[in-house]
Amino acid sequence: MAFGSFVLQKDLNFTVNRGDIFIIMGGSGCGKSTLLRHLVGLQTPAKGEVRYGEVNFWEMDPGEREKFMRRFGISYQSGALWSSMTLAENVALPLEEYTDLDPAGIRENVSLKLALVGLKGFEEYYPSEISGGMKKRAALARAMALDPDILFFDEPSAGLDPISARMLDNLILELRDSLGATVVVVTHELASIFAIGNNSVFLDPDTKTMIAAGDPKKLRDECPDPKVRNFLTRGEAGASG
Amino acid sequence: MTEREGKAGLSEAAGEMLGFHRPGGDTLVVRLSGGWNLRTALPSPGDVEKELSSGPGIRKVAFDTGALGGWDSGLLTFLLQVFEKCAAAGVAVEREALPPGVRRLLDLATAVPERKGARREADRVPFLPRVGEAAGRSWKSNRDTVTFIGDVAVAALRMVRGKAQYRRSDLLQIIQECGAQALPIVSLISLLVGLILAFVGAIQLKMFGAQIYVADLVGIAMVREMAAIMTGIIVAGRTGAAFAAKLGTMQVNEEIDALKTMGFSPTEFLVLPRMVALFLMMPLLCLYADLMGILGGMIVGVTMLDLGIMQYYLQTIHAVHLNNLWIGLFSSAVFGVLVALAGCLRGIQCGRSASAVGEATTSAVVTGIVSIIVATAVITVICNVLGI
Repeated sequence: MAFGSFVLQKDLNFTVNRGDIFIIMGGSGCGKSTLLRHLVGLQTPAKGEVRYGEVNFWEMDPGEREKFMRRFGISYQSGALWSSMTLAENVALPLEEYTDLDPAGIRENVSLKLALVGLKGFEEYYPSEISGGMKKRAALARAMALDPDILFFDEPSAGLDPISARMLDNLILELRDSLGATVVVVTHELASIFAIGNNSVFLDPDTKTMIAAGDPKKLRDECPDPKVRNFLTRGEAGASG
Repeated sequence: MTEREGKAGLSEAAGEMLGFHRPGGDTLVVRLSGGWNLRTALPSPGDVEKELSSGPGIRKVAFDTGALGGWDSGLLTFLLQVFEKCAAAGVAVEREALPPGVRRLLDLATAVPERKGARREADRVPFLPRVGEAAGRSWKSNRDTVTFIGDVAVAALRMVRGKAQYRRSDLLQIIQECGAQALPIVSLISLLVGLILAFVGAIQLKMFGAQIYVADLVGIAMVREMAAIMTGIIVAGRTGAAFAAKLGTMQVNEEIDALKTMGFSPTEFLVLPRMVALFLMMPLLCLYADLMGILGGMIVGVTMLDLGIMQYYLQTIHAVHLNNLWIGLFSSAVFGVLVALAGCLRGIQCGRSASAVGEATTSAVVTGIVSIIVATAVITVICNVLGI
């Protein structure tokens, strides 16, 4: 991972298993969001490969890759809802483009997706008319529009009140358990990390590589690297760099 | 491919995915089989409704999911609609045979009740209330505009007295952006306007053997009106739009709120430097446009009308008086202020979304250009009355 000659991260090697809730964590500026952009097809990595099963993602023909990306659902940090569309239109657009559902079917499916995130009745609202937490939930409804195999979240609970953050965490768990989706989350919210994550990778901005991987709870209790323990205990394990 | 999608890929025809049987008594068993996936053709919930109404005495609907393969929200949507139809028909639904994941998601979808009053009705607002609302908006907009102009006037006075809060570096940067960086586009447009005026004039004047007067036509038109107007329009499209977009984005990012809460006046800090920059740069750009327009006329005069360069130059000097120049420069300074005000006003009034920034930018350009044309008309009438 690099910008020109500036190397952000190197020697990253990790596996996400089907059904995992995989956390990408690390301090600010370590390259978490850039790694996510490499995983979802928004930015070509400087070197290396991203594999989904047997598929080498960045070696694919661009058109094929674009089709493959429809299997992803992505919820961005700010929600990134299309501001000129209502919430219903935001969720409906991918369904209109990529399914053969009739308008009534699309309407029903949009209602379902918004109901799943607790936004029933807000179909005709514009993003500018709802709160930050509601935007995050609406973004999740849009990410789920095509029932993706893999859901990516960039800082899903950042800026949310504890109850909304907890609700979002529960929703992520429910989606994994019910639909069998794989979830990749970029976050440094410790409560979320321990509530939902069963696998993780820790990126270090100093050594510019991953310094730990595995179950976040185990890393907190057993990881030999003090940086990781320090991060996961909010500094209570003793500072070290 | 996941298990869900893989199975759905082999989905049967919609008709084979849904079956019914009556094990006896008052129960209808709905048999779901195969893959239920959004991207495949799914059965209609109307089929269940037909089945409910086909036989008498159905009081309960149960499900048989033994042959159900992969599923996603397509199945959930279908089931929710079936539940609604059953509720409408007064028929009980037994969910126990549904897969646990389906039951959990259905529970989740119905767990949060719809917030009271949240749903919007698509009622059409009657004519008179709409007129009233439009009049109210128009009144508020005019009042905001007058307030804004008043604020800017006060800020300008504070600037004259050396008390305005703004960063000199910001002013210099804006001067560079709206002045020197606009030269290429001003050159191109002014040269072409001079060429066009000369072409149009040449065709008519040549008929009378008076082609030398092309120099008068181009010189007076450019110096007195056209250079100022064309530069004003270019600046409205280029700089006025940029002002609106910049201030609008600052509004969206709450940067303007941050200025206010720290005691800075957005009018002094943001609007004033922009207005001063355009007030200073517009006459210079206009002077430059005068020269480029005359050069465009000269190109046509020399290459097509067989006029000499000196002959064209002397004729222009003879025709264009200083009054014309002053009127043009004065107009351009006025246009600069108007474009800056329009851009900044729309930016400050901008809503808090990306589309609002787009609307503010469009409105700034339209307001700027309309202001320029109205101001030109006013200045022309005043000059006529004053006899200059």
